[in-house]
Amino acid sequence: MSQRLVNWFKFASPASFYPLAGKMWPWFAAIGTVLAAAGLWISFFVAPTDFQQGEGYRIIFIHVPASWMSMFIYCVMAFWAAIGITFNTRLSGMMSSALAPTGALFAFLSLWTGALWGKPMWGAWWVWDARLTSELILFFLYIGYIALTAAIDDPRRADKAGAIISLVGVVNVPIIYFSVKWWNTLHQGASVSLTKAPSMAATMLWGMLIMALAFWMYSIAIALYRVRAIILERERHTAWVAELPEMQR
Amino acid sequence: MNWGSAGEFFAMGGYGLYVWGSFGVTAAALLIEVVLVRQRFSAVRRSLRRELAADRDTQD
Repeated sequence: MSQRLVNWFKFASPASFYPLAGKMWPWFAAIGTVLAAAGLWISFFVAPTDFQQGEGYRIIFIHVPASWMSMFIYCVMAFWAAIGITFNTRLSGMMSSALAPTGALFAFLSLWTGALWGKPMWGAWWVWDARLTSELILFFLYIGYIALTAAIDDPRRADKAGAIISLVGVVNVPIIYFSVKWWNTLHQGASVSLTKAPSMAATMLWGMLIMALAFWMYSIAIALYRVRAIILERERHTAWVAELPEMQR
Repeated sequence: MNWGSAGEFFAMGGYGLYVWGSFGVTAAALLIEVVLVRQRFSAVRRSLRRELAADRDTQD
């Protein structure tokens, strides 16, 4: 047990995480590309036409995965925030700031695809419904995190402030998730649930799950790539950075 | 197979604007993110290499 703990902390050092991230991201990118190709094929060529919404429902194949990612990435940021505050590890703050732009992007895409789905089906791009409003708040929390950490010059202090906004803001995630149960919303209820059979055709469900996995792989790959840039930016005056093979003539 | 022709595929049963607007913007956003992250990485690597090269020159 203690052996494993020591190993984990080894990778909490930017100097050992930097090459590891460099080795890992191409794998996640490759798996993500394959999954996206399979998911798009199912989305357009395998999944049948919906009996109520016609072809318009196909937006689900990116809307639901993007929404899940936007919520999940925020939870991961809160996890790194908790680790950073508890163990005072430098890498945690770097991981949080590497994830924030991707999370903000998925929150935006969730709202964007939702608007493009809402217009033909509900007749409105936007309504002040509990689900939509709480997702908009999530988007603002991401923007708030990015703006706050960018406004503080000392990266370690910026990490602390960012950690607080992540930990406080994470209460919004269950609010988004349960909003369709707690309030009367125009937005439909959960399409997939752990406790009961999904309310859709199996091929639709598979398409959605494969697209969700593709977005996962994409998010991991891009966050690992971005964290490498952040590590170099913050550790630029260290000896290990100067000794990296890519820094030699 | 759901589609009789390419035209039918792009029309998406009348929902073309909404479906392609969703998939198109998502694809574009992810591509732009990849480009920006690559630029950020190569910018810091370039400036570090220049800095280290300058250090070596002054030491010689």
